[in-house]
Parts: sequence; C-alpha cells; structure tokens
Amino acid sequence: MTDPDTLIDARDAVASKAVSALELTRRMLTRTQALNPTLNAYNEVLAERALATAKRVDDGEITGPLAGVPIALKDNLCTSVGKTTCSSKMLADFRAPYDATVVKKLEAAGAVFIGKTNLDEFAMGSSTENSAFGPSRNPWDTSRVPGGSSGGSATALAAGLCVASLGSDTGGSIRQPAALCNLVGLKPTYGRVSRYGLVAFASSLDQIGPFTWTVPDAALLLNVISGHDPKDSTSVPLDVPDYLATVEEPVKGLRVGVVKEFADLAGLDPQVKAAFEAAVATYKSMGATVVDVTLPNSHYGIAAYYVIAPCEASSNLARYDGVHFGHRTAEQCKDIIELFSKSRAEGFGDEVKRRIMIGTYALASGYYDAYYVQAQKVRALIKADYDKAFESCDVILTPTSPTPAFKIGEKNADPLSMYLCDVFTVTCNIAGIPGISLPCGFTIGEKPLPIGLQLLAPAFAEEKLLRIARMYEAATDWHKARPILSETI
Amino acid sequence: MSEPLTLDQVRHVAKLARLALPPEQLEVFTGQLGSILGYVEQLRQADVAGVEPLAHAIKLTNVLRDDEPTPALPVAQVLQNAPATDGPFFKVPAVMGADEDSAG
Repeated sequence: MTDPDTLIDARDAVASKAVSALELTRRMLTRTQALNPTLNAYNEVLAERALATAKRVDDGEITGPLAGVPIALKDNLCTSVGKTTCSSKMLADFRAPYDATVVKKLEAAGAVFIGKTNLDEFAMGSSTENSAFGPSRNPWDTSRVPGGSSGGSATALAAGLCVASLGSDTGGSIRQPAALCNLVGLKPTYGRVSRYGLVAFASSLDQIGPFTWTVPDAALLLNVISGHDPKDSTSVPLDVPDYLATVEEPVKGLRVGVVKEFADLAGLDPQVKAAFEAAVATYKSMGATVVDVTLPNSHYGIAAYYVIAPCEASSNLARYDGVHFGHRTAEQCKDIIELFSKSRAEGFGDEVKRRIMIGTYALASGYYDAYYVQAQKVRALIKADYDKAFESCDVILTPTSPTPAFKIGEKNADPLSMYLCDVFTVTCNIAGIPGISLPCGFTIGEKPLPIGLQLLAPAFAEEKLLRIARMYEAATDWHKARPILSETI
Repeated sequence: MSEPLTLDQVRHVAKLARLALPPEQLEVFTGQLGSILGYVEQLRQADVAGVEPLAHAIKLTNVLRDDEPTPALPVAQVLQNAPATDGPFFKVPAVMGADEDSAG
C-alpha cells in the first residue's frame, strides 16, 4: 500500500490530485473492513457519509486545510451523524442532536470522518478493556491492549485506518495510548480546545487532543481545533498561534528538566527507563542543557486524581437516569427512584460504577473535607511544583507510561493496579498544562513494543512544546516504524 | 476516615448514587473500593497548611452574556433519544412513591 499514511502527506496528495479524496477514503474503508473485526478500533464506521464528503472534496465543493483527509473521532465526541455511545450500554443507541465544536471545526476544514472509535466506557480506564463493546487490540501485538481510554483512536491510526484521530485526555488518555502504539499524542492546555460536545467525565481535567504520526501533523490538527468557543466558558479567549508555521524552528539555548523523584520509581520497566535515558542523551547531544528539577508532591498525583476525577464523574454522570436519554430498565418500577437505580445499574459497567461510588462517598457530608477539599489542596501543591520547576527549564521530560503495552486481561482483577499506569501522566491534567508523547524506542523481543517519551510544558506553551518535540523527532527514526498487519489476519 | 470500608457503607453509597446493585457485587465492591480509598488515604500526609484548594488549574472568571433568546432544539429532537414519551413529555413512573427517598 503506497497511500500516504500521515496527515500532511495525505493533505498534499489530495491537494495535488496524486490521489482523489474518494479513492483514499475507499481504501481506508476497505482496510477498515478487513482489519476492524480483529482490532475493534471503530465502534461505528461512517462509510456513506465519508464517501459523500470525499466526493464533494473531489468536486471542489469542499476546500480547507484538511480537505479530503480521513480522520477518526473518539466515540465520546458528539456527532450529528451516527451514534455517540461512549462505549457504554447506557448510550448504545444514543444519537446526538448536535456536533461537538471540534467536529464542526474539522468538518469546516474539509476532513472526512471514517468512524467513531472505541474507548474505555465514558473514558474511564487505561486499556480500552472497559468498553461495553469489547477491547481494542494493539496493532503491534494483538494480544495486548492499545492503552486507554482513547485506545480505539490510537489503534485506528496505528493500523492505517485513518491518517489522524482525535481523543480526549483526562489523566493520560491520549498520551498513554500514543506511547503504547508508537504515535504522537498531544494533550493541550486546559482551555485551549473547546470541550463543547465532549461527553463530560471530569470537567476540570478533560481536554480534547490529536493523535498523529508526526509532530507537524499534531501542529496542523491543533491549529484547526483550538480556540475560544462561546459554548464552552472554560475555553480561553487567547489567540491561537500558527503552530505549524514554527514547528521546524529549533529552540536555542534549550533547557530540558528531568524529574528527580521519577528516576527510580518502583514499577518502572527497565527497558522504558533505558529508552528514556537515551532520549535525554539525544537532547543533550543537540546542545540542550539537562536540568534536575524536583516535583516533591508528584507522588500524591494518582491519589489526588482518583479523588477529584470520580467526584466530578459522580456529578456529571447523574444525568443518566433512564428518563431523558440512554438506557432504561425494562423492569416494572414502583417509583422513579427505582427506575433511576435499575436503569443505571444495568446501563453502566463496573469501572464506571466504582468511580461513581468513590465520588459519591468522597463528596458525602462528613467526608467532603477529608477527601475532596484535601485533594484540591494537594492539586494546588502539584501546580505550584510545576510553576517552580518551569522557572529553570523549558520542558520537563518523563517516560509516558511506566511499562509498554500489557496483555489483555492482565490488570482486570485489580482496579488499583490499572490506576498506577497513569503515574507520569495525571499531574499534567491536575496542573492544567500541555503534554505530548513521542515515540522513543522499542522493547527487545519477538514482537517489539513501542515506548513513549513525554514532554510537559507550561500552560499555553504549545508552540514551544511542539518545536522541542519536533527537534527530537527530526533527530530520530522511531516515528517512522509501522506495525506489520496483514489485511487478511 | 481510616477505618476499613464496611458492606453497609457501600450499600448506602450505592443507594445515594442510585445504583441498584446485587448483594454479590456489593461485596466485591467493598473490597475494591476499600483498597482504592486506602490508597488515597496518603493525601492526608501532604503538608497543606495555609494552602487554598484549587478547583481549576487555569484562572477562570465567570462569563456573562446578554440574556437574549436564541433558537433551542425542536421538541422532536429533544425527545428523539427518550426511552418513553407521551406527547411533548418525558414519561416516568410515579414520582411520589413508597420509597422514603422519594419524599426527601
């Protein structure tokens, strides 16, 4: 297959008519038909709509910076075409009455939507195993998870079933699957991208962002989806720089921070550690100064996250009541409380129930101060740590995930062990800052598994973050590797 | 806050969260939620003297707009996902039921 598989290459190929949008879309759909039954990347393929849009691009009716490029959308982004399920039985038949702002922006840019991608139910998880529609599989080793919660978006791109995709990141849900699938995954600053039409999980932490093969691709997609939206008051009214225009400019006098507390973290895979240290050395060889920084409260990150996120989730998910939309129990109910309680028990999966209950418990009177307020105070400490660390460096480097992709089923019995996957990613959401994961190596073995490097930057410093990420990418070849997938597997 | 979570507490939380869970699931959750709460206990060790709680990492202020009517979704679209309807209404069983919760 010689089709372009990156966003910018696809855009250029369509623009120069090297390939028609219709032909490119058809081939993506054919490949999807062959591979999706195994990989389970898409919950729904929007073939008819994709072909119609592609034809309109070829006819010159649709133009724009993404004209004719095949893109996948995480199935917690509302689309007026197809369903929006959040991979939950609760929303299995839900049809959104409107498009999310990011969907509108992509559509206005000429993108072709191939389908809606699988996720951990309501974006709660790190493996896509919590999906009501079964797990997605990692294209690098189909016995393993692609990460989560945006695992379907990562799988679809890594398998060549689109040229870019959108995910959402509440505690690492873009960056961790990007790391496990050899992709670039960007979580923008909180407020950079409108959340209107993103089904809410934890509203103070959620942010939409791109999966791509390259940093310039991520810059282009960020250009399109960023900006203030009157429909999301937490989106900030700041100008959006042209991220793509500057992405090839190296940062002079670069200072990269390495976190003292992360050096010998328990549970850090030795091969991940080695790949991370080699990445730091690569920056050093490009003339960067390596600065030791300290994030003394970072070890509270997961604990604070697993109070704040469930508290917000328990409130956000109260709307699923079996009345206005979503699953309703077929059982006869004596009153409305029974209707709520049975519908919710039938519609939600176990992880969603656990988080709703943790949040309900932590917000209950008598516990509120001990859990929720305490977690928010720790949040202030974590943010202050970052503010201080960024006084002495431009970006902070960490591994993205402490381990490469794990086996499907490996962490199912113990929810807490799954939570620990987020150790390097959660504090970024807690502090609201941007983070990106880049391919930085592979494990040694019969089926080599990708390893990710995470770069963290101060709030709204995406322009510099992308330039620094591009410096590493331009100096290495990891991002050029593709999984070997036969269309007849 | 440091006593282990009991089955009764979990049953009460499930009720507050409007989740009708079977007894065997309540038992599994008692163990799992207990271990998660045990893990987050460590937050108590953080030195938060004089620290103000932070709800949002990015400074935000309330956004006001003029109170002008704009088109809303048509009723048919509002109801299109409803499990049960009656004319322009969402249909539900008795709101004032036998359960003591309903009155409170």
